[in-house]
Amino acid sequence: MKITKQEVEHVALLARLRLTEEEKELYLGQLDKILSYVEKLSELDTAGIEPTTHSFPISNPYREDVVKPSLPRDNVLQNAPQKEKGCFKVPRIIEDN
Amino acid sequence: MKLYNLCIHELHEKLKKKEVSSIELTEAVLERIERLDETLHAFITVTAEDALSAAKDADARISSGDELTPLTGIPISIKDIFCTKDIPTTCASGILKDFIPPYDSTVVKRLKEAGAVIVGKNNMDEFAMGSSTENSAFNITKNPWSPDKIPGGSSGGSAAAVAAGESFASVGTDTGGSVRQPAALCGVVGMKPTYGRISRYGMIAFASSLDQAGPVTKDVKDAAIILGVIAGHDPLDSTSINKPVPNYLESVQGDIKGLKIGIPKEYFIEGVGKEVADAVKDAALAMEKEGAVVKEVSLPHTEYAVATYYVVATAEASSNLARYDGVKYGYRIDEPNDLMDMYCRTRDEGFGAEVKRRIMLGTYVLSAGYYDAYYKKACEVRTLIRNDFDEVFKVVDLILAPTSPTPAFGIGEKKNDPLQMYLSDIFTIPCNLAGLPGISIPCGFSEEGLPIGMQFIGRSLAEDLILKAGACYQGITDWHLMSPSL
Repeated sequence: MKITKQEVEHVALLARLRLTEEEKELYLGQLDKILSYVEKLSELDTAGIEPTTHSFPISNPYREDVVKPSLPRDNVLQNAPQKEKGCFKVPRIIEDN
Repeated sequence: MKLYNLCIHELHEKLKKKEVSSIELTEAVLERIERLDETLHAFITVTAEDALSAAKDADARISSGDELTPLTGIPISIKDIFCTKDIPTTCASGILKDFIPPYDSTVVKRLKEAGAVIVGKNNMDEFAMGSSTENSAFNITKNPWSPDKIPGGSSGGSAAAVAAGESFASVGTDTGGSVRQPAALCGVVGMKPTYGRISRYGMIAFASSLDQAGPVTKDVKDAAIILGVIAGHDPLDSTSINKPVPNYLESVQGDIKGLKIGIPKEYFIEGVGKEVADAVKDAALAMEKEGAVVKEVSLPHTEYAVATYYVVATAEASSNLARYDGVKYGYRIDEPNDLMDMYCRTRDEGFGAEVKRRIMLGTYVLSAGYYDAYYKKACEVRTLIRNDFDEVFKVVDLILAPTSPTPAFGIGEKKNDPLQMYLSDIFTIPCNLAGLPGISIPCGFSEEGLPIGMQFIGRSLAEDLILKAGACYQGITDWHLMSPSL
């Protein structure tokens, strides 16, 4: 096996996905099969080959540092699942002391 | 000939001569949608009211003698991955099912400014992840040529809508073939321009180094029209290319005498349907008769493209989709116990199976201990794949190859075997990895009556040349004039 159930659980935690037991089993088998296929990349000797992360040579396009209009706050918040006093509302993250 | 079967360039002439109004065109298309889409499911949202109002504006401009663009008053649709101001944009995902963007994507803004009439948002695979449009959180789009077949994906709704006359053109996105493959499987034209040719601003991200918008149309000339409107630099997308946009309508004219076309031998391997291989070879002969010089070439790393893609694309996707956290927009579970519970259950409930699978794979290949073996390795192989194209383009001007190894497969046929599904993109993926332009064009039918597509691939920014080759082919064939009987 290329991947273990513990790794599936670890990756799900990193990805912030709460998987059911059935999902864990399903992904374990499917990811194993996909990773075994991906293994074919190791047939190639890539010593000295520069990695490509972007296909077109563009880097650091700058613009003048001037203030431009942005979306009104109401528009920014219009899709918020919960909002309060012009802010996004989330479950409490700081404990009472 | 029914109105809904006509091309944009034909409709433009009729609008100019006032033989038809934009309202009539829009009503014809809306009627098609009304009649067909209950079974076809090519649309997620239909914007009939807005469309009729835009059509009325277009008619007013036409009758007042204003200068018209080739898109003035033409009803088109948009893949539901492009943000449309005040109109739901779901990306076919449960996590965005109620999302209403406060702004237009650059593609939509440019289409509206050109006077196009937007009739609705096309169905797709969730977050553009899929090759069959079976991964939509809403409905499965059917192939207009055969209701038990998939339309291809991820822009399956776009291709089905155009093939069925539910819109005159659509704009899709192509990360690993998502415009070209459904176009091939539905018998229409689909183009993926050079990476960076069209702004990605407001286009919901899947894999940012590969994603590119592109037209889905009835013929090559229409693709040139749409591309001319949506291509060009955009300060809001730092990866958009700052080079002038040629007049693509001029590019599609002229002969192809002396044009050097390469046929890559690695695209005619086992697993490619005989009907597909024969159709593409016939097309090569037809191009030769028009004066092209056809020769065999080699892209030796083709067989590594799918493996490379599913590492690079999922890695980028896992990072891009981290934004769906239930905080700023989109779905959030009711009454979370705490923040972690909110993140994890929101994402588990909001995303579909394929999206979760890809997030898992992408997170894995980027995780400590595996980054070098998978992600870095894939990026190095991506260089080898690009180098293959560089070498071939030293001896030929463009490449001709099948778009998809087979015609449309059955609904449900590959649903439970993700790897088999991924392998159906084998001929479209290399183009994305190298950032090159490609266009899929109808080139025949299978015995079963399903469309077959071929693609031209060109050098970086050679959209003009692949459009010209495509237009020349369509001048001597009539595959693109066929439409399904619906």
